Amino acid sequence: MNGSQFDMAAERPGRPLTGGICQPGFHRRHRMAGMVLLSALLLAGIVAGGILLGDSRVATHLDIRNAAPSLEYPFGTDWLGRDMLARTLKGLTLSLAIGLITATASVGIALVLGLMAATLGKTVDSCISWLIDLFLSLPHLVTIILISFSLGGGVKGVIVGVALTHWPSLARIIRAEILQLRSAEFVLTSRKLGRSRWWVATRHMLPHLVPQLYVGFVLLFPHAILHEAGVTFLGFGLSPQQPAIGIILSEAMRYLSAGIWWLAFFPGLSLLIMVRAFDVLGDNLRRLIDPHSAHE
Amino acid sequence: MRLEACNIGYRYEQGPWVLRGVNLDLNSGEVVGLAGPSGYGKTTLGRILAGYGQPAEGGVRLDGEPLPQTGYCPVQLIFQHPESAVNPRWRMRDILREGGSPGAEVCGELGLRPEWLGRWPNELSGGELQRFCVARALTAQTRFLIADEMTTMLDAVTQAQIWQAVLKFSRRHELGILVISHDQNLLKRLCTRVVDLVELNRGSCS
Repeated sequence: MNGSQFDMAAERPGRPLTGGICQPGFHRRHRMAGMVLLSALLLAGIVAGGILLGDSRVATHLDIRNAAPSLEYPFGTDWLGRDMLARTLKGLTLSLAIGLITATASVGIALVLGLMAATLGKTVDSCISWLIDLFLSLPHLVTIILISFSLGGGVKGVIVGVALTHWPSLARIIRAEILQLRSAEFVLTSRKLGRSRWWVATRHMLPHLVPQLYVGFVLLFPHAILHEAGVTFLGFGLSPQQPAIGIILSEAMRYLSAGIWWLAFFPGLSLLIMVRAFDVLGDNLRRLIDPHSAHE
Repeated sequence: MRLEACNIGYRYEQGPWVLRGVNLDLNSGEVVGLAGPSGYGKTTLGRILAGYGQPAEGGVRLDGEPLPQTGYCPVQLIFQHPESAVNPRWRMRDILREGGSPGAEVCGELGLRPEWLGRWPNELSGGELQRFCVARALTAQTRFLIADEMTTMLDAVTQAQIWQAVLKFSRRHELGILVISHDQNLLKRLCTRVVDLVELNRGSCS
């Protein structure tokens, strides 16, 4: 076998069919990588801004209250003279942190329950499926308010509330994926080719689950942030002294009719841009990783 | 070596018997054809023989012993559709070497090209993929090959090339082959004897 044409060293890299077919594809992959980098930079910028900006920018300055957007205060100031740009950045950073924790926790719960449902037999499967149906049949917001309220609100209440409500759809996907993989021909063949259960699980099944987990995470993230803002807006979430987007938006409602539009407009727009940046990041990263789009 | 199906019976849940009282034996170096109309359980029998399914009655014996449940199975099955028999997230190089390294000789005879090794499965055609599936199963440890409609979806030239490579390997390594096919001409050309599942499957009501 050694020295044959099937040695690694003898391999030639895949020859492109024609330059005309392959060339635009490379450009598209470059563009995807560019979008990923851009979104990541934007998100990193928000976090850096939120952490690096001192508290002096959000201190009360009664002499400049209700200032319209200007070069010095791009997002304007509120009725206490606090800089809205600094408040927005701090709020988004808090939202990002909460989103990160809740999305990770949700994915963890989904993975464990999905695995258990697919591997531990019929009784466990029907129990977990029933639990999934139960959580899916209740509106998220109602469940989050219930959980957050019973835990006394605050950061802990919001995190537990969002984490405990966002796992069911992903758990169902993971359960279905494992059930399908277990009977896949390439998995059965691998066992007959002498590979152990553990080897098959880590080398064949895990690479199919990781993108599901990853896409699930990325889809959960903006959802978690929006629900955090929503539940805080309704008054069941974070406490008013925390610079959260939900707090900012609910306070701004009182000033909208007075013509102070920038209190709601810029923080709301920033929230939208951040969520979109996450979507773009996730979608492009998935397409870069997936072999089915390797030739794009 | 000798692969025997002893009094095999198979049915889904409590449904009617698909197979009943089927006896079949296959010796090393022998090429046996298995014919039969669609839906008579040819594939089911092939899967049972390779250990992919458990019969409701009877059993498969390899030199008098049951098939090993773990480790490399000396009876390898080739599926009709190679697309689902390879992991779409693996490169061809890893797929080819999953069960050990197939010899360069058989890879060459099957017409595998070195530049295919770095590709993903969706970058190869069905015929190219099937050659990889055949090569993957033809390691020195394989004693019997169950070819379930192995070349049915291929053109005549590819079909001839793959079968020539497999028959050469069979002569070199005393490999026993069960050819499952609808194609009477193919069976006549390849096999030392052809058995008809309709005659074997006497116990079944169908």
